[in-house]
Amino acid sequence: MQQLEQLREHARGRLERLGNTVSSQVWRLGFASRFLFYLVMHSGTALRRFRLTVAEIYFAGVLSLIIILVSGLFVGMVLALQGYDTLQRFGASESLGVLVALSLVRELGPVVAGLLFASRAGSAITAEIGLMKATEQISAMEMMAVDPIARVVAPRFWGGVISMPLLAALFSAMGIFGGYLVGVQLIGVDSGAFWSQMQAAVDLRNDILNGVIKSLVFGVAVAWISVFEGYDAVPTAEGVSRATTRTVVSSSLAILALDFVLTALMFTGGTNQ
Amino acid sequence: MQQSPIVEIRKLAFGYDPARAVLRDVDLAIARGSVVGIMGQSGCGKTTLLRIIAGQFLPTAGEARVLGQPTAQLDRHGLYAMRRRMGMLFQFGALFTDMSVYENVAFPLREHADIPDDLLHDLVMLKLQAVGLRGAAQLMPTELSGGMARRVALARSIALDPQLMLYDEPFTGLDPISFGVIVRLIRELNDSLGATSIIVTHDVQEALEVVDTAYFMAAGRIIAQGSPDDIRRSAEPFVRQFVHGAAEGPVPFHYPAPDYAADLELAAG
Repeated sequence: MQQLEQLREHARGRLERLGNTVSSQVWRLGFASRFLFYLVMHSGTALRRFRLTVAEIYFAGVLSLIIILVSGLFVGMVLALQGYDTLQRFGASESLGVLVALSLVRELGPVVAGLLFASRAGSAITAEIGLMKATEQISAMEMMAVDPIARVVAPRFWGGVISMPLLAALFSAMGIFGGYLVGVQLIGVDSGAFWSQMQAAVDLRNDILNGVIKSLVFGVAVAWISVFEGYDAVPTAEGVSRATTRTVVSSSLAILALDFVLTALMFTGGTNQ
Repeated sequence: MQQSPIVEIRKLAFGYDPARAVLRDVDLAIARGSVVGIMGQSGCGKTTLLRIIAGQFLPTAGEARVLGQPTAQLDRHGLYAMRRRMGMLFQFGALFTDMSVYENVAFPLREHADIPDDLLHDLVMLKLQAVGLRGAAQLMPTELSGGMARRVALARSIALDPQLMLYDEPFTGLDPISFGVIVRLIRELNDSLGATSIIVTHDVQEALEVVDTAYFMAAGRIIAQGSPDDIRRSAEPFVRQFVHGAAEGPVPFHYPAPDYAADLELAAG
């Protein structure tokens, strides 16, 4: 009898903890949404003094170029190797260009560039804002009557949002070049077929525009998560490190989940025939 | 004519959560032009009081009038307008680490005053000259010693010629020379700007050298106030313990703990 009572108590404790976790997560999501709304409403400074945003595009975008371009090249080269291996069994090796281009433009470009962007630039944004908070730089700014969300957070947010589609486009372009290097130069697929089939099959609206929309959505998600986690970080060394980790984990999950939703909306229903 | 006090706090109470008050029944009035010290042990609520004066926290009960306005009635815009007339020196300076000394001091001017570059340059150099660091203008904050960083932060906080200066533990962690420099600067800047200064500190002996009036706080209340000489002569046991730095007194040396013998697992018998 006593055991049963203990068991019931135990179950109730777990249920309570679950409830607490859920309600605190919902509360946090609401807080993050209000934060985003406030941020967008106070973006005047970031847009009026565009040099502030340009500096952040440099940090988030230009400094991410190396990792994005090298990764793009290798992903494209691997795609060509794997793609050729499968396509030649069906005698369709000339379609290699199509396979490489569509995979990159529709999926791998936005998704892999997004994941790299989250770990390269997103984590840096979180750590920077978190450390500014821990060393009272954010408080100092408030005491100087300067709104830190307008002055510090908004330029970083817009810098990320603007950089992300450009990085994804460069990733795809570099990947196609990698596919060309391996497919045409190394394996010997006909260069004319490689490019002309690609040109015929890749559609501006259905493929390229959808890819750009995806990367823009990922850019908003990663930039939002990064600045929020930084601003909400517990202002200690441990708090900032946890926030940085959360940025990378949440951003990556958000990118993959959003990708599924967007793909389902964009590429189903035979609109792409 | 007697001018109204620049900071006036009446029956103020404050708590981060309603059940536990950090400040209770605080009354103080700070006269224009004076240098005032708020002193007490760590955790007595003095930094919280400073943040209430700065408008970062609002009173739970009572009223805080700063620069003539009750802080509780200000919206964000009004609060920022009030803070433009205020300067605050943070404990460790809080310099922007991605900007040079020059850019740090120029920051409030760039944000609030649309002035041409050559005038900006002159103003920044003027402020840096006042703290003796004109020669360090192009250094980055990481290249400065603790004392220098605090002087740069001081130059930054006076950039807009504030009427009210707030100092949060300005003496912590300074060597004797930097310390002397900061003490001198606080007084000089106060008098030359015609400002009022509030210093929150636990370095009592040192602060008593520079202030006109001192308030002593313990457990969220003001327990003594007066001129430095009044404080030095005070019979209040807590103030005596603090001013003379005695280990034993109303503030016990030991944090509340269970019986020592029991902790060491020494059997009583």
